[in-house]
Amino acid sequence: MELLLAVTVGWLYACGLYLLLRRTLAQVVIGLALLTNGTNLLIFVAAGLVRGEPPLIGEGQEVLAAGTADPLPQALILTAIVIGFAIQAFAMALAYRVYRSVGSDDIDALTTTEPPPPPVAVQTAEGEP
Amino acid sequence: MTLLTALPVILPLATAVAGLLLLSRPRWQAPIGLAGALALLAAAAALLVRTWRDGIQVIEVGGWPAPFGIVLVSDMLSAVMVTVAAAVGLAATVYSFRVVDAGRISAGYYALIHVLLMGVCGAFLSGDIFNLYVWFEVMLMASFVLLVIGGERPQFEAGLKYVALNLLGSVGFLSGVGLLYGAAGTLNMADLAVRVGEADADARYYTVVAMLFLVAFGLKAAVFPLYFWLPASYHTAPAPVAALFAGLLTKVGVYSLLRVFTLIFTQDTGYTRELLLWISAATMVSGVLGAAAHQDMKRILSFHIISQIGYMTMGLALATPLALGGALFYMVHNIIAKTNLFFVAGVVRRLRGSYELKDLGGLARAHPWLAAAFFVSAFSLAGVPPLSGFFAKFIMVRAAIETREYAVAGVMLGVGLLTLFSMVKIWTEAFLKPSPGGAVSEGAVGAASWVPVIAFALLAIAMGVGAEWWWRPMELAGQQLFDRTGYIEAVLGGGAR
Repeated sequence: MELLLAVTVGWLYACGLYLLLRRTLAQVVIGLALLTNGTNLLIFVAAGLVRGEPPLIGEGQEVLAAGTADPLPQALILTAIVIGFAIQAFAMALAYRVYRSVGSDDIDALTTTEPPPPPVAVQTAEGEP
Repeated sequence: MTLLTALPVILPLATAVAGLLLLSRPRWQAPIGLAGALALLAAAAALLVRTWRDGIQVIEVGGWPAPFGIVLVSDMLSAVMVTVAAAVGLAATVYSFRVVDAGRISAGYYALIHVLLMGVCGAFLSGDIFNLYVWFEVMLMASFVLLVIGGERPQFEAGLKYVALNLLGSVGFLSGVGLLYGAAGTLNMADLAVRVGEADADARYYTVVAMLFLVAFGLKAAVFPLYFWLPASYHTAPAPVAALFAGLLTKVGVYSLLRVFTLIFTQDTGYTRELLLWISAATMVSGVLGAAAHQDMKRILSFHIISQIGYMTMGLALATPLALGGALFYMVHNIIAKTNLFFVAGVVRRLRGSYELKDLGGLARAHPWLAAAFFVSAFSLAGVPPLSGFFAKFIMVRAAIETREYAVAGVMLGVGLLTLFSMVKIWTEAFLKPSPGGAVSEGAVGAASWVPVIAFALLAIAMGVGAEWWWRPMELAGQQLFDRTGYIEAVLGGGAR
């Protein structure tokens, strides 16, 4: 089970990073979502998997019995999901506004914030400036 | 138990909530923001005094004892950074009064500034690694919105790049937290420091995790080779927002590097410090060379942020008490000088309508006070005595020579010279040379913009002239960072319960 989940985490990271490197805005946003989900799964796997032993304190007992699942990573993942959800919603809205104002979903069209290229003497084929 | 340690988080939260509840009343936004910023500065100063007098302050949130609950810890590094952040927040709020348009104000501009300050102060105070991640996200969320609200196409484009790259950093950070918890089974930083340092701990595994943190925090701090997002985004923000970002956001990354690499990841210092040394030197050189190539005032200043970050991480790489205290001194000096340079650039923009050096000129004759404020901040950044930057660089160079890193000392001095070159470029082009268009029509600048500019220029002078008094708390912070047992004992030994 650990191996399967570990491979899944790796696959999600690989897909996410691949999509991040694409030139289409929507794919970049989806890539971020995949990366976030991969990370959530990573926390879950890294903290160790326990099957069929939920972290519930039995009746008449004061503490968790040994061998139950660790509840803390689940709390962390829950927090991370909420944060990731908010940020992805924001990223989607922003991507839409960028698309509306630029008129293209090609990342290479986002050039207004870059400095104008420096004036370079262009060499023609004959070697004249 | 004292509430004072939590106040720098609670006060901005209360201010932001009040501001958002009264969003339908734009006239109330600025007074609420100002009141909140003043209260925050007072609380931060009180915390600084208490930490200075009584040692490290710890508060266990919700009464859950460490290492199970979340702790807020104020050592000298945290307290100094919180105080400076509060001062920058106050200055940016005052500076915003006449600058920010009605659209931004009714979108919650002042409330967002306080959300940002809450994230920054929370990150400085948190003693829990996952909690630090949460504060980072609070801060980033506020900064995303501040960058794009009321904006046009350049803000959206810059915002998208900024969001994508910072999210990538956050993913790295969170992965690091998950792997760290998986191996050590705790999130409390002091407890982590103990567990990672234990004899049977796998040092190589933790070094790999440490590299994840280095990339994540390095991206936020804009170190080489992860700085490319900064010059592509900061210059598009309105002047007070750019000043706030330039002053604070990258420094949170530097702070986090200082915290985790002095407290938690001390198992393989030979490797991490060597790496940090090279990264810092490359950051300093590439940033200053980037600045030398540009002709836009805000863009030059953006590249200088990067270059200066290199000095601070160099303090971490050298890792003597002097170097660590020097890194903090450098951070404080840099926040004051850099924020003010962005303030001045904003005033210049409103006077002349441009950031391009070729369009500017004659400002020294027309506005001697503005010229004086720029002169002080810029030459402080370049390290001209007796301004604050001279002592900051002096401490760092001395720390480098004491550890026999002569090449590093040489790089620092060379970069200082190139910084001076950039600043002289702005000074001669924008302030000294006659205005290119002859007589110019000038926009109006209210007193609200002048007050923070003059106040921060005076601070830069005070930090230079009174360097000895400013150095004393920083020196203590350096010792606390160098010897982490005090921090661990304060947190795990019960602290101020």
